[in-house]
Amino acid sequence: MTSFYGFEPASRLFLGTSQYPSPKVLEDAVRAAGVDVVTVSLRREGADGAGQAFFDLIKALDVRVLPNTAGCHGVKEAVTTAHMAREVFGTPWIKLEVIGENDTLCPDVIALVEAARILSEDGFEVFPYCTEDLVIADKLLAAGCEVLMPWGAPIGTARGLNNEYGLRSLRGHFPDVPLVVDAGIGLPSHAARAMELGYDAVLLNSAVAGAGDPVGMAKAMALAVEAGALGRQADPLDPRDMAVPSTPVFGKAML
Amino acid sequence: MTVLIAGAGVAGLVTALTLVEAGHTVRVIDRASGFGADTCSWYSGAMLSPWIEAATQEEIVKRRGLPAIEWWAERACVKRMGSLVVAPGRDTAELTRFARRTEAFEWLDGEDIATLEPDLAGRFSKALFFADEGHLDPREAMVSLMARLAAQGVTIEYETDLSGEIASFGGTVVDCRGMGAKADLADLRGVRGEMLVVKTHDVALSRPVRLLHPRFPCYIVPRGDGRFMVGATQVESERRGPITAQGTVDLLNALYALHPAFAEAEVLETGADLRPAFPDNLPRIVQDGRVIHANGLFRHGFLLSPALAEDVAGLLAGQTVEFLHETDRQRASA
Repeated sequence: MTSFYGFEPASRLFLGTSQYPSPKVLEDAVRAAGVDVVTVSLRREGADGAGQAFFDLIKALDVRVLPNTAGCHGVKEAVTTAHMAREVFGTPWIKLEVIGENDTLCPDVIALVEAARILSEDGFEVFPYCTEDLVIADKLLAAGCEVLMPWGAPIGTARGLNNEYGLRSLRGHFPDVPLVVDAGIGLPSHAARAMELGYDAVLLNSAVAGAGDPVGMAKAMALAVEAGALGRQADPLDPRDMAVPSTPVFGKAML
Repeated sequence: MTVLIAGAGVAGLVTALTLVEAGHTVRVIDRASGFGADTCSWYSGAMLSPWIEAATQEEIVKRRGLPAIEWWAERACVKRMGSLVVAPGRDTAELTRFARRTEAFEWLDGEDIATLEPDLAGRFSKALFFADEGHLDPREAMVSLMARLAAQGVTIEYETDLSGEIASFGGTVVDCRGMGAKADLADLRGVRGEMLVVKTHDVALSRPVRLLHPRFPCYIVPRGDGRFMVGATQVESERRGPITAQGTVDLLNALYALHPAFAEAEVLETGADLRPAFPDNLPRIVQDGRVIHANGLFRHGFLLSPALAEDVAGLLAGQTVEFLHETDRQRASA
């Protein structure tokens, strides 16, 4: 099992915690999916103690919390938010998100590398939300990251894996780095596909929180992630042009 | 025997009137110095939109919220003009999805929209129209309830030390304090909401309009005399204090997306407060000896308070009621 900074999650599905109809539905979704890593946004809810009631509900889930810097647009803001997160949740884990463009919420990968370096040097265990860019990936690893989290598609778009070639190439270049597809997932098949490409986990939020039945979708995603991972391990066939009958035709009556 | 009702927001007033109508004698106490912004009901959108809520909320919200339209219509001025749901051009998929998750609406095309709301002509090509929904002015509606209570000899006792009065009162207390009861209800949390009121005569609307947006869903409610209430953000924070820059920008953007003429509107008022909510975001009755907590109306103060009050009255009459919290219900049936 892949280890994320020494932690081996039982489930390869990581869930976001925002935009559920209620905290109760979130809890039911986490339980139904058997998820043991959830990510929580610090910025909007306010780490000044005002979000404590909600954070207490998250803590009561009794799963590993990966706080995030969602909504941060610069290095300083992200670093400050990470420090608040460490204080609130008592964890060195931080999902580092530095947004560079507002319409696509595309990460500002240059600021990301800088923030990742500062935080890694300060003892944080950084999960950077990045693109599939190989050079940036390399720089993030050099900055101290031991996990990479490329996007499948822009946050909340439910488009699936926009650049499968890029994601496959990233997997190929970094065979030993834990890789998580983060964001853009809409369907269970998208999540399964990420796992078939050899990714170690999938992180998603709106696909579950925004579904008509979040609990049902959480379960579907968990099964899809497991199916994709099992399929990958089972060494699947490659597509070929020539039809190969599964039952030999040799010796059958030809009329 | 007199029932003491703590809190004169929408929950307290609706409960008081419901109990009076059921033949109880009530006293209503509140810590505020008078009727005003000390209750989160002051900032409510006060839409009676059970079918719109059904698209995103649990079934019980629609089922128990539906009778609220009649309840309010008999006691306050409900504008029964229906409600509209629209989406910006590139987000029309949101509208289809929304439609799939509810009922009791009709699809409108651009021409239908122009007939209903002439100022929105040409701005949207599709909308959902929920003809049977209504809306209130929350402040006027609460004044109407207070007048009805006054006619029965009940005046709100303001500037009362609630905790002291609840402790010393000998009989049944219905605690409708919302966030004021947080110390007594471990599961209760505040969910911050922000709103603003603008004024312009360049745009006229007859009914609430919900704008579906992947990031900032919001609603605009006409309040008459060129005033429009825009709400509401929903943040998992218990921070009080004024509206944030982010909240203002999001709400004003939505207003501008609905109609650019809102750009010239005057901002008359901004407001922010906490919605009391339990983890399932549904109202709850919690019985604690002679104190009955009726709380957790979340964003459904006007829609669900009649049902919550009905359950309080039912509980006092010895009935089994739906909003009684599960553990209390188990205890009652044991």
